[in-house]
Amino acid sequence: MSALSIDSLRVRFGPIDVLKGIDMAIESGEFIVLVGPSGCGKSTLLNVIAGLQASSTGRIEIGGRDVTRVPPADRDIAMVFQSYALYPSMSVKGNITFGMECRGVPKAEREAAVERVAKLLQIGHLLDRRPSQLSGGQRQRVAMGRALVRDPILFLFDEPLSNLDAKLRVEMRMEIKRLHQRVGTTMVYVTHDQVEAMTLATRIAVMHQGKIQQFADPQTIYDAPANLFVARFMGSPPMNIIPARLEAERDWAVAVLRSDDGRSERIQIPRRRETLTNWIGRDLLLGLRPECISLQDENDHSSDGAAAANLTGRVEMIEPTGAETMALINVAGVEAMARLKADARPMIGSRALFSIDVSKACLFDPQTELRIP
Amino acid sequence: MVENGSPGNGGGRFVLYAVLFAFAGFYLTPLVVVFLNSFRSLEDITQTSVLGIPHVVQWDNWTQAWGSYCIGGICSGISPYMWNSVAIAVPATILSTLIGALNGYLLSLWRFKGSQIAFGVITFGVFLPAQMKLVPWAITLRTLDLSDTVTGLTLIHIVQGMSFTTLFCRNYYINVPADLIKSAKIDGAGFLQIFRRIVLPLSPPILIVTVIWQFTNIWNEYLYGITFSEGSHRPVTAALMAFSANIAQAREYGIESAAVLLAALPTILVYLFGGKYFLRGLTAGAVK
Repeated sequence: MSALSIDSLRVRFGPIDVLKGIDMAIESGEFIVLVGPSGCGKSTLLNVIAGLQASSTGRIEIGGRDVTRVPPADRDIAMVFQSYALYPSMSVKGNITFGMECRGVPKAEREAAVERVAKLLQIGHLLDRRPSQLSGGQRQRVAMGRALVRDPILFLFDEPLSNLDAKLRVEMRMEIKRLHQRVGTTMVYVTHDQVEAMTLATRIAVMHQGKIQQFADPQTIYDAPANLFVARFMGSPPMNIIPARLEAERDWAVAVLRSDDGRSERIQIPRRRETLTNWIGRDLLLGLRPECISLQDENDHSSDGAAAANLTGRVEMIEPTGAETMALINVAGVEAMARLKADARPMIGSRALFSIDVSKACLFDPQTELRIP
Repeated sequence: MVENGSPGNGGGRFVLYAVLFAFAGFYLTPLVVVFLNSFRSLEDITQTSVLGIPHVVQWDNWTQAWGSYCIGGICSGISPYMWNSVAIAVPATILSTLIGALNGYLLSLWRFKGSQIAFGVITFGVFLPAQMKLVPWAITLRTLDLSDTVTGLTLIHIVQGMSFTTLFCRNYYINVPADLIKSAKIDGAGFLQIFRRIVLPLSPPILIVTVIWQFTNIWNEYLYGITFSEGSHRPVTAALMAFSANIAQAREYGIESAAVLLAALPTILVYLFGGKYFLRGLTAGAVK
């Protein structure tokens, strides 16, 4: 069953197009993350789904029912806000039951529902407290309880973790994921944090300038970004984008990196020349994830075969993080980030031989910024 | 040392307190004189001066002022006029505060096209001088057949007060997070339910401010009282005026003093009990 379907949705604030034609079909049980930089329209989209914001044109269906003109309360949704939006003058219990009270649910049923949710989220001991007496994590939990108690078709989350400190954020992120696995309800989750998007989503919609740039599962988004924006936005550090010229060598395509001093590096791409006929001899952009670049001597076992190439680069800076060492290297005049082993300590300023895993290399059209399929 | 150079040291502090006490004395002198006179007999005052200590404490001034002194031919003291003022000030305060709270809620949390203009028009009433509105009100009261009634004056104060209360409440509610309202909408609460269950419980600080402000202003209001009421329908401020304009009798300074103090008592009590909440409420938004 389709839990949510959005059809050519547009939102205009005066002369500004905030959403420029959004289409989406979401199956029941999915965890969809809307991710993008601030101002991309992701929160507006969530508010339109919730019915808190009117769309200019377009159609929204929730659970197969057209809700485009239906008020928020009757859309069978529940929402968790960034600020949690707990009612300050009500106890935790009052917060959780308020919606049921408004809908005229009998008292016995309300009590049973509170008990169920309190048990699920382990907030039983907090029920009589006021929101002001709770810590950030507890407030977050109560906000989720208030949403859960409704048992809706659709959960909406508006950046629910961004008010928490780093440690708590990781904990609550895992808890939300576990919650989704347990209750199985469809979730639409807005965030600007691409790590949250990657870890939580079954599918990610990357948004930019009021449009969905790509809507796919996390691995596809990461490995085969639809365009340069997605390639640069997802991943930390982002994908290295290196200008190159495509040439042919026997049956294979080769990306040639040429620096100003005339030095050149050749990287063989594991794609047959006939799939890229139009691009042979032309300039394009080569996309390489930092983890695809490693020091030559540290993974000699994978350096054989067509999926690897070698090139030399100058080490400009290293950032050891403990679990790995990030290195900023200069390859043919272009700076790129490489993800090295934790104990790798190449000399700053030295030239080193790097091994490139080209199996996941992407090619982009410099004009349209789209990935070349 | 920093403390020695600050105005908190001996000499500076002495001057500071001297100035403060001088001002306090200046403002309190009339109150003290009136208070003392309210216990002095007429002979005592006329034979010496209005400034003096009561030789014999004359409680009779207070009972006469309250219940039997003649004002404009009606010998009932100021008590019926006090009740008139209560009958005007209490409902007008409650209703104008309630309307202001609803207006403020609507204008801050349910923005609609033109809500800024509506807010501007309503608060413009704050700046209109009262005498400018005398004639329009005279026409309105005559049309509604409410001239020379307590109800008419109540209506005036509800409408006039709405500008202030709307201004106060709107500027207070503008700080209520919009997410609260959104969340309540999703929970299925309607306009009035959100107001009653979520916004009103957050409102005591500002409601105390508007209640004190409105009550004091309406109780002390004089121009409309004297213009639109006569005889037994007067509020206490207008009755006091008629009292002192009583040229047929010798001026009963003692009774007048007692009457003035009685008339001022409600607002003094409101200030004594609510003053600290008033100051707290006015600065509540600023601290946040």
